[in-house]
Amino acid sequence: MKIKEFSAYLPRPATLKVKKELSELVTLFEFENDSGRPLMHKPGQFIMLSVYGVGEAPFSVSSAPIRESNNFELAVRKIGAVTGIMHDLKVGDKVGIRGPYGSFFPIQKFVGQDTLFIAGGLGYIPLRSLLHYQLKHRDEFGRIILLVGTRNPKERIFIDQLAELASGKDVEVLETVDVPDETWKGHCGVITTLIPKVRIDPDKTNVAMVGPPIMYKFCLGECLKIGIPSNRIYVSLERKMKCGLGKCGHCQINHLNACIEGPVFQYNQIESVEEAI
Amino acid sequence: MQSYLLAKDRLDGFVSRLADRLTVYVPAKGADGLWSFVASGSAQPPLALTPEGGNTNMPPKSFVFPRTEVLMRFDNRAGEGGMILREEPVPAGRAVLLGVRPCDAKALAVLDGIFGRRASGDASGEVSGGAFGADPYWAARREATILCGLACNYPCPTCFCDQMGCGPHHREGLDALWTDLGESYLVTILTERGRELASDLAPAAQADLNRAESLKAEAASLLTGKFPMDKIAQRGVLELCELPLWAELAATCLNCGACTHVCPTCHCFDIQDEVKGERGRRLRNWDTCMSGLFTRHASGHNPRGDKLARVRQRFMHKFKYIPVKRGEAGCVGCGRCIKACPVNIDVREVVRAMNEQAPQTPEGAA
Repeated sequence: MKIKEFSAYLPRPATLKVKKELSELVTLFEFENDSGRPLMHKPGQFIMLSVYGVGEAPFSVSSAPIRESNNFELAVRKIGAVTGIMHDLKVGDKVGIRGPYGSFFPIQKFVGQDTLFIAGGLGYIPLRSLLHYQLKHRDEFGRIILLVGTRNPKERIFIDQLAELASGKDVEVLETVDVPDETWKGHCGVITTLIPKVRIDPDKTNVAMVGPPIMYKFCLGECLKIGIPSNRIYVSLERKMKCGLGKCGHCQINHLNACIEGPVFQYNQIESVEEAI
Repeated sequence: MQSYLLAKDRLDGFVSRLADRLTVYVPAKGADGLWSFVASGSAQPPLALTPEGGNTNMPPKSFVFPRTEVLMRFDNRAGEGGMILREEPVPAGRAVLLGVRPCDAKALAVLDGIFGRRASGDASGEVSGGAFGADPYWAARREATILCGLACNYPCPTCFCDQMGCGPHHREGLDALWTDLGESYLVTILTERGRELASDLAPAAQADLNRAESLKAEAASLLTGKFPMDKIAQRGVLELCELPLWAELAATCLNCGACTHVCPTCHCFDIQDEVKGERGRRLRNWDTCMSGLFTRHASGHNPRGDKLARVRQRFMHKFKYIPVKRGEAGCVGCGRCIKACPVNIDVREVVRAMNEQAPQTPEGAA
């Protein structure tokens, strides 16, 4: 048998190059493919990352697709077995990579149109890949509106990058926190409350929305209310995954596999699907 | 299609000659009283291809998809730069399963749609079904395993294969179908690789073929528990998910997973790493959607967090979700889950309710 037939389950080695704390529990990791080849992912896709002896877990890629670089970024919250040990990794340590897998935001459909990003909590991480792609090809896209919601100021991530975006002309940034503290001077309330604040043209706006399950429930309704049809709303659904190949069954959402048909879904694909949102 | 005849008193000799070339597995009763496929050499002669109760307790699925299977091995020796990953070679030996029931063979064909399979004899590697091509371990074992079926002349009371696009003499997924004619077996060759097993057999007579046809009709007539399924296809997912039957099932279901364990078409698996010192291996193990851990995220969030949703998932998957993709049910009607369920949940009754039960009326409505 040829080696390529095995590649589906066999990770490729990658090396940790940069590790940067984003918040108390979230860290940005930059890895380099040992193969010397770029990851070739598309915005919204994910990879399976193995840490020696602990296991494998799916992560959305946070960096924009760059053909000229073999490096890519993940931002990871320390919460389980694999993410826990990842935070102990040192620069130069090896991990295993499979993928990229899954569906992605259809960049071509976004060309010439406005994009409304709705990022709840860690949802900014996969959206950042799409956002950075659009910023690199700024002329091809219309308005870029970015709504960011975080539980509290301490959990905000990519603070410097958001500040830079907010001060520039390329992106209209609106940010909120659910529960403020004494340091927070900005908008308060759940991210849903930002949606009526933005004036958009529903006929030429696509929504890219990623956040926790509870956010979808409310934000989807709010987007429909302002006139955006469900086939212009894109969401990314998180599920437990083991194989990433549509075989192990863990990520099934009715007849859909979040690893194959997802993680990025057009909302009309999942409107009449149980357990999706 | 050619047919041959094998006298029953020559079965043991036939099997032992076959075993010179290939590993032959036949149904046999173990010390625990359960029937399973064992290597022909370790079965007590004379061989009996027909287990008591009609079929083996476990389906032969594990010959293609073992309960535990190594996917890769890794070393983490100090000074060698960390993770060194080695793919696990696919198993090489060829095997024959003799006496596979048609439902269990069809189940493997159903699973080909998920794991993918290289078209037989096609060295170019073209695969059917399954994203990312065929699962290498599944495809290799499938390719190396010749399936000789044994038609059911006496279906069990729990059998409903005829309702699932299968039947007691169904041929899908088999390389040869044997029919018990009383004193002898009629051996019907279905594929090229099935042919090599019959090289030393005498051709069957027309009377033998006629006898097999009438046995097939008799077997079909013994399957009387008809239940309509036509409305399930027409009903929407959300309507089906709201039916009252799920709450009734969840009240008794233990989420024990016995049904998924004995099911010939359940394919879900978990992947785990095992480590000892500087070495380790990655395994896949059968898993069950009846477990809450099956879908639980590291964060604690669980998209299928209650028992009702889990018991519903198993039936909706077989009878609604798989049909959306395949055009037919993901169940072959073997009836093992009916026998295995400790609280007497009967899949036939569930399907009947999915088809017929009226939607829940809102509280206060007439």
